[in-house]
Amino acid sequence: MSSAQKITDDIFKMAVNGLRQKTPVVLLACGSFNPITNMHLRMFEIAKDFLEKSGKYIVIQGIISPVNDKYAKQGLLPANHRLAMCNLAVQSSDWIRVDPWESQQDQWLQTVKVMRHHKAKLEEQQHGLMETPSKAKKRKLNTRTRSCSQSSVEDIANENEVEEINSRNNAGYIELKLLCGSDLLESFGTHGLWKDADIREIVGKFGIVCVSRAGTNPQKFVYESDVLSEYENNILIVTEWIQNEISSTRIRRALRRQQSVKYLIPDPVIDYIKKNGLFTNDNDILIRSASKYETSL
Amino acid sequence: MAAPGRVVLLACGCFNPITNMHLRLFELARDHLERTGLFKVVEGIISPAHDKYGKKGLVPSTDRVAMAQLALSTSDWVRVDSWESEQKGWLETAVVARHLKRQVQNKYGSVVDAKTDGPSRKRRKTRHNANNRDEPVGSSTQVASGDVQLKLLCGADLLESFAVPNLWSDEHIKELVSEYGLVVISRAGSNPEKFIYESDVLSKYKSNIHLVTEWIQNEISATKIRRSLKRKESVRYLVPDAVINYIKEHQLYQPDTETS
Repeated sequence: MSSAQKITDDIFKMAVNGLRQKTPVVLLACGSFNPITNMHLRMFEIAKDFLEKSGKYIVIQGIISPVNDKYAKQGLLPANHRLAMCNLAVQSSDWIRVDPWESQQDQWLQTVKVMRHHKAKLEEQQHGLMETPSKAKKRKLNTRTRSCSQSSVEDIANENEVEEINSRNNAGYIELKLLCGSDLLESFGTHGLWKDADIREIVGKFGIVCVSRAGTNPQKFVYESDVLSEYENNILIVTEWIQNEISSTRIRRALRRQQSVKYLIPDPVIDYIKKNGLFTNDNDILIRSASKYETSL
Repeated sequence: MAAPGRVVLLACGCFNPITNMHLRLFELARDHLERTGLFKVVEGIISPAHDKYGKKGLVPSTDRVAMAQLALSTSDWVRVDSWESEQKGWLETAVVARHLKRQVQNKYGSVVDAKTDGPSRKRRKTRHNANNRDEPVGSSTQVASGDVQLKLLCGADLLESFAVPNLWSDEHIKELVSEYGLVVISRAGSNPEKFIYESDVLSKYKSNIHLVTEWIQNEISATKIRRSLKRKESVRYLVPDAVINYIKEHQLYQPDTETS
């Protein structure tokens, strides 16, 4: 189990109350994770470094959300295996966790619905920290360093202040961003793949952090798209300079050919694959017609 | 059909620090060699360079050896050898190879060498004796099954460094490719065959140079790792966790070291 199973109240408070200039961010990565690789894990690290280096953000959690089995991609292992491997992969991470909700639904869900779900969960947790007049009063009493009359405490803990604090803690304050590679960004251009309204919601309401490798040009892709350009400021592009193209497809290929994948995916995941005899048969060989957008996530 | 010849892979370098890419080289080389059916890879050796190699930002060999050991703690066939780093001064690769060849010879029995007239008398009685096919005395080119070869494992950059004037002596290049052999890992899109073609000595011993393509691009050079560490960026999943912890604990690769 990842040690980052839950955003604790402490982290929340710190992020929300103490760091007024910095926007707290949660990064959500959706994908097959069939299996999870070091490249997926790197994506989180790179995004976190980038966001925090800007001075504008603090990344408080990373969430891996494996896709539902009903996505029906060839060779997609059952969700229980994919979840187990992801959990093994993040057990040494103190900020990345795995969420099974998407895979547990009755059907496949569009990415935007998964994002809405996780945003709602964040808001629920925030509500627990919402200010009320009695809470504010208690807090003031506890933190007061100067002596003050009882009556002035009551003055302070009034409606206005409560409102001000709550507006800081309001629904939009913690941002949930979609973490992805440039293949997903570019897939927005594939006709019929995404609903226009969904793209707008993902880039407009939530925001994207796109990790792409040196030599690709996601900025150009954003430029060439009207809707993406409109929300340019919400699309953060990070270059991965240390080329690390460990796609799940290549891992599955290597495993089929009984080649070593050590140092490309975490050791516990390798052990799990061996123990359960996964990725050995030829289901995956019938590769779908070279879809540029077959994401390896 | 002869049983596969046993091979030990030797990688020399700074390992400053060791990365997942270095570790992958061994995995790729072993898979490739064994797939030919001609070889069985029995051991891998990492030999970190001596401090007097003099490269800027080279952390002490005790640290580099320690980090390599930590990195290899989950490997059951690759180990670190600190002999090179413990000598009085920097040594050429060929000298290191000679020493380790003797060591491997003692451990597994005689090492096949193009110059010998047959299996050495020093061979210990080990399991492989039973597999030994009869080699006519005086035959110097066959690999007797069960005998062990030492091969140099490297990236294409080392192969191409043979062309740098005055960097290697011609005798050493010849020794390394003829007596040992190379296993060269290069990335998709590069062209090591062309490089071999353009060199007379390499072309002559082409059969001793095994070219392996790394299709899963994984360019985690130590230089990039040092750069990231200097910039306080994460290197998780590029370098083993145990090595990251060691670097933190010993405060290596801090901003005030090498500038590059």
